[in-house]
Amino acid sequence: MKRYDLIIIGAGPAGLSAAVEAAGAGMHVVVFDENARPGGQLFKQIHKFFGSKEHKAKIRGIRIGEELLKEAEDAGVEVHLNAIVMGLFDCKEITVMENEAVHHYKADSIIIATGARENMVPFEGWTLPGVIGAGAAQTLMNLHGVQPGSRVLMVGSGNVGLVVSFQLLQAGVQVAAVIDAAPRVGGYGVHASKVARTGVPFYLSHTVVKAEGENHVTGAVIAQVDERFQPIPGTEMHLDVDTICMAVGLSPMSQLLSMAGCEMVDKGGVVPVVNAYGETSIRGIFAAGDVAGIEEASSAMITGRITAAAAAAELGYLSEEEFEKKAENLKASLKQLHEGMFSPENRGRTDLTVTDEGIALSSTLLKKGYVADEEISRFPGVVSGIKGIHPVIECTQNIPCNPCQDACRFGCISVGEKITKLPEVNQEARCTGCGMCVAMCSGQAIFLVDEDYDETGASVTIPYEFLPYPEPGTKGTALGRDGKAVCEAEVLSCRTAPVMDHTALLTIRVPKSMAMKARFFTV
Amino acid sequence: MAAILDRNDDLGGFRPEPDDNLIICRCEEVTKGEIRRAVHEGMRTMTEVRRFLRVGMGLCQGGTCGRIVKGIIAKEMGVKPSELSECTSRGPARPIEMRIFGNEVADDE
Repeated sequence: MKRYDLIIIGAGPAGLSAAVEAAGAGMHVVVFDENARPGGQLFKQIHKFFGSKEHKAKIRGIRIGEELLKEAEDAGVEVHLNAIVMGLFDCKEITVMENEAVHHYKADSIIIATGARENMVPFEGWTLPGVIGAGAAQTLMNLHGVQPGSRVLMVGSGNVGLVVSFQLLQAGVQVAAVIDAAPRVGGYGVHASKVARTGVPFYLSHTVVKAEGENHVTGAVIAQVDERFQPIPGTEMHLDVDTICMAVGLSPMSQLLSMAGCEMVDKGGVVPVVNAYGETSIRGIFAAGDVAGIEEASSAMITGRITAAAAAAELGYLSEEEFEKKAENLKASLKQLHEGMFSPENRGRTDLTVTDEGIALSSTLLKKGYVADEEISRFPGVVSGIKGIHPVIECTQNIPCNPCQDACRFGCISVGEKITKLPEVNQEARCTGCGMCVAMCSGQAIFLVDEDYDETGASVTIPYEFLPYPEPGTKGTALGRDGKAVCEAEVLSCRTAPVMDHTALLTIRVPKSMAMKARFFTV
Repeated sequence: MAAILDRNDDLGGFRPEPDDNLIICRCEEVTKGEIRRAVHEGMRTMTEVRRFLRVGMGLCQGGTCGRIVKGIIAKEMGVKPSELSECTSRGPARPIEMRIFGNEVADDE
């Protein structure tokens, strides 16, 4: 039996971060993962992350995964892949299925970072091929380069449903609709908006009642639900789809923890009871990342580090002083991500009506996925009627994110100390039209508008992540925030640069009156 | 969850519902109606329903249906899902071929 100071189960964002931290403290550490590749879900995350610089904001998940892997390699962390941990027993002994044999390992501490699995809801026809998890769709597209279908119904408007809907569109798959039984869009408004402005309809208070088809999905029936989430007869609507994607939440994969005898609690998913440093009721067994409670990758990376530091301190690899300093910094960083409208305390709340600044939230955004034209001007990042080119920041909810502030070297944009504050446009500063803010906004919510482009026209610069990029001179249609055609438009330029990391700046010319309305372009 | 379950309490009897033939456990092909009926027949815990019907005992080990089954049992009993205890977790945590399970290797320290 091989012995280590620390065994980590799961090589996703939490597990790898924990490994880096532990190895840095001098621990002899090993990581097991059942997959053929490390990184967990990070390598499927092709969107830019939120947060601030220290949370690796505006970097795509896949790049964060690469960086983390390199860090782990440099730190000399031993990672066993295709290694399935089958049991966690007394005295921190585990059995692992590796190379067609069962191996035993033992450590003084164990960090469980096994993540989560997708939830399902049953409905008529849900066992037909073509009903898949949103995560499965992501795996097919982003790891294997395969379209999951040609026309998809997305069930669930949380961030997973919204992000995957956008990725489906990027992969050339049509999204027939995003639906949710809840009365409000669950995910970030900016994620919803970038899907809605391409023309995807949102149906809130709707559920899927039937998958049609004999051998595979050939259609879906959705219906409106009442306050008790029961379908209302007579509201059924048929959608022509060949795929139904379920993004209805995640459940922690916590079996190893309950097997070990850790105290567990059902919080809408069975999680271990942990202290402030992720330690379970059994000393030396820790839980980090989604297995300890569903969040997202950025906070998983921090909780991974916190648990590793605690394990290191417990075994004497960090002095109490060193540990306290580390933990304090990490907790401060985690706290930043835990603020704003989508904080863990606010989860599931439907009574929020104003931002921290006291501005009424867009009700259209919560019901239809986009901010209505008449609502947009009340937000501090949205200014119009200024001479020359300027940013228009359509960021309308308090989410922890501030790359826009760092993106502008000319001081046009300020978020301030608190990263959940809505960004403001400083009208005194001079915008050069460089477009860095457009490319750096993880929510694709910043546009450059020049209302005086020429005699009759305005230019609008849009963050654009679809291939092929339109050539200058291409004539097409400008779509509004609601995804409906607003006017004819002509492509002036499509700028790319390595620093923009695949977010192109598509500049279109539209009639002056459309400068504050045109927000997407289609040929 | 009460320490002693009263299996004679009246849950109102099994009443058929239109979606009773919906498959819930795909691996073992167990329907919603079968799970609901089991509750009325006296199976009042996840473990009992599992042993009675084999729900969650197939390839995915309840990975997909576990949460759904819990919800169905809870609704039938008129309690919150969080009030029901989970099935016992046992190794192997993942499906494993017997030839591998029997092939234990003693690695050097």
